[in-house]
Amino acid sequence: MTALLETRGVWQRFGGLIANSDVSISVGRGEIVGLIGPNGAGKSTLFNLIAGVLPPTQGSIWFDGEDVTRMPAAERCQRGVGRTFQVVKSFETMTVIDNVIVGALVRNTVMREARRKAHEVLEFTGLAARADVLASDLVPAEKRRLEVARALATEPKLLLLDEVLTGLTPTEAQTGVALVRKVRDAGITVLMVEHVMEIVMPLVDRAIVLDLGKVLVEGKPADVVRDPKVISAYLGDRHAVGA
Amino acid sequence: MDKNFAARRRRDLIIAAVLAGLAALAPLFVKDVYVQNILILTLMYAALSQSWNILSGYCGQISLGHALYFGIGAYTTELLFTKFGVLPWFGMLGGGVIAAVIAMGLGYPFFRLRGHYFVIATIVIAEIGLLLFQNWEWAGAAMGITIPIRGDSWLKFQFLRTKLPYFYFALALCCLAWFVTWWLEDSKWGFWWRAVKDNPEAAESLGVVVFNSKMGAAAVSAFLVAIGGAFYAQFLAYIDPESVMGFQFSLLMALPAVLGGIGTLWGPVLGAAILIPMTELTRSYIGGSGRGVDLIVYGALIVAISLALPRGLVSLFSRAKPKGATR
Repeated sequence: MTALLETRGVWQRFGGLIANSDVSISVGRGEIVGLIGPNGAGKSTLFNLIAGVLPPTQGSIWFDGEDVTRMPAAERCQRGVGRTFQVVKSFETMTVIDNVIVGALVRNTVMREARRKAHEVLEFTGLAARADVLASDLVPAEKRRLEVARALATEPKLLLLDEVLTGLTPTEAQTGVALVRKVRDAGITVLMVEHVMEIVMPLVDRAIVLDLGKVLVEGKPADVVRDPKVISAYLGDRHAVGA
Repeated sequence: MDKNFAARRRRDLIIAAVLAGLAALAPLFVKDVYVQNILILTLMYAALSQSWNILSGYCGQISLGHALYFGIGAYTTELLFTKFGVLPWFGMLGGGVIAAVIAMGLGYPFFRLRGHYFVIATIVIAEIGLLLFQNWEWAGAAMGITIPIRGDSWLKFQFLRTKLPYFYFALALCCLAWFVTWWLEDSKWGFWWRAVKDNPEAAESLGVVVFNSKMGAAAVSAFLVAIGGAFYAQFLAYIDPESVMGFQFSLLMALPAVLGGIGTLWGPVLGAAILIPMTELTRSYIGGSGRGVDLIVYGALIVAISLALPRGLVSLFSRAKPKGATR
């Protein structure tokens, strides 16, 4: 079976800066894959290339057996790519339910169905009680959850999560982890960029470590955290010697 | 929850029907031509502002150049009528279509601009339109066009002896613009527009084609405003560039919506109901005494309302929970 998502030799240059160099990764159906790496490793760039915010300088991106390299974000969403934003981008003047309806309209043209779908998603994500509140009145953890809800309403095959667990209290993060598992159990493939290793590692099936724009290591989380290359990338060479 | 929503939509519709019914009865009590005139202008600006609100309020693309579409409606109607004998009703529709096409043609380059740059572009384009018409000999240039009066006729939509037909047309236009807004509010377009206004990048990630939705809003908005322009031309029976395409129209379309509540269903109507009579009354009662006093009073009132109610007059009636109530 082919992978759901594949990047083939992707490069992204911003002027003289090389954010991604020759990145080839693949995400299989039903997986939870973590994309990790120290600051400036090129995670967010790769993430935006996959979501369709900008096309890569070189290389190609394949989704569900189709070349989507130059496809705009809105169209990728219609094909089944859902995403959240690291800096939350709620529709602030709209209520929570209306935020989610925007997403639901991708697959439901009749308003009543879109509304029903949106309510379903709010139930699923635990935001049902907040449906009629303005998005601007949500607390940060709820806003993160709304990002996920909105993306889920588009009924994606692949959900891209950009640091949804970062900056939350431990309890909030645990609820977040439970939600991600629930999403996967609903048959949706998850690719998540994350900073907090101790939260991410038990959650993901596979981890891809980026460093300096390249894929450094890729494998099972338990192996990845012990890999000397990863330790030196995060902590410096001195710490890697003992490993 | 859904029931509440449906009930709210129905209630809006009922309130609108009742208000329209009451307005329709107004001429029974108002015999004074001066007051009738104010009512007609109020209804017209309510309709215009409601139309402006579709692009600028819902979709968030602030235009200060809608006078262009107003003028295009007026000129299309009168040029077709005086040069080719086409009845104003057809001219009106033609003007609407031309305005919509021009709005999309202008949107093509300008919807790539954001925020203030877009606003400036709309002002400049409308000024260019004004200059073109001031120098276009065939269209009467700065002298304008006088509409030949052939007696009261619904067919030619002109009336000398009574203002009532204009009143009813303005009321109908106002109802139309309101109803279109009401209908669009709970449609895919309505949701797309609000999403585009709040956050285009997030909207794009949720499958919203941002550019197309701006184009759609511009077309609907320009079409309705041009109908208003055609009406105004028939109402005045005389047009020149300044009197149908001047910058003041762009402002008078934006102000009621801003004052009443931008991007809301009732804002434009409410704003126009207060602003337009106020404009007329300050002008006639204190306008003569010292030059500009009316404008000072007028401006001060606008500033006072916007300071006290930054979300517009509708927030007085707001059923949406006030900000912070949930904390």
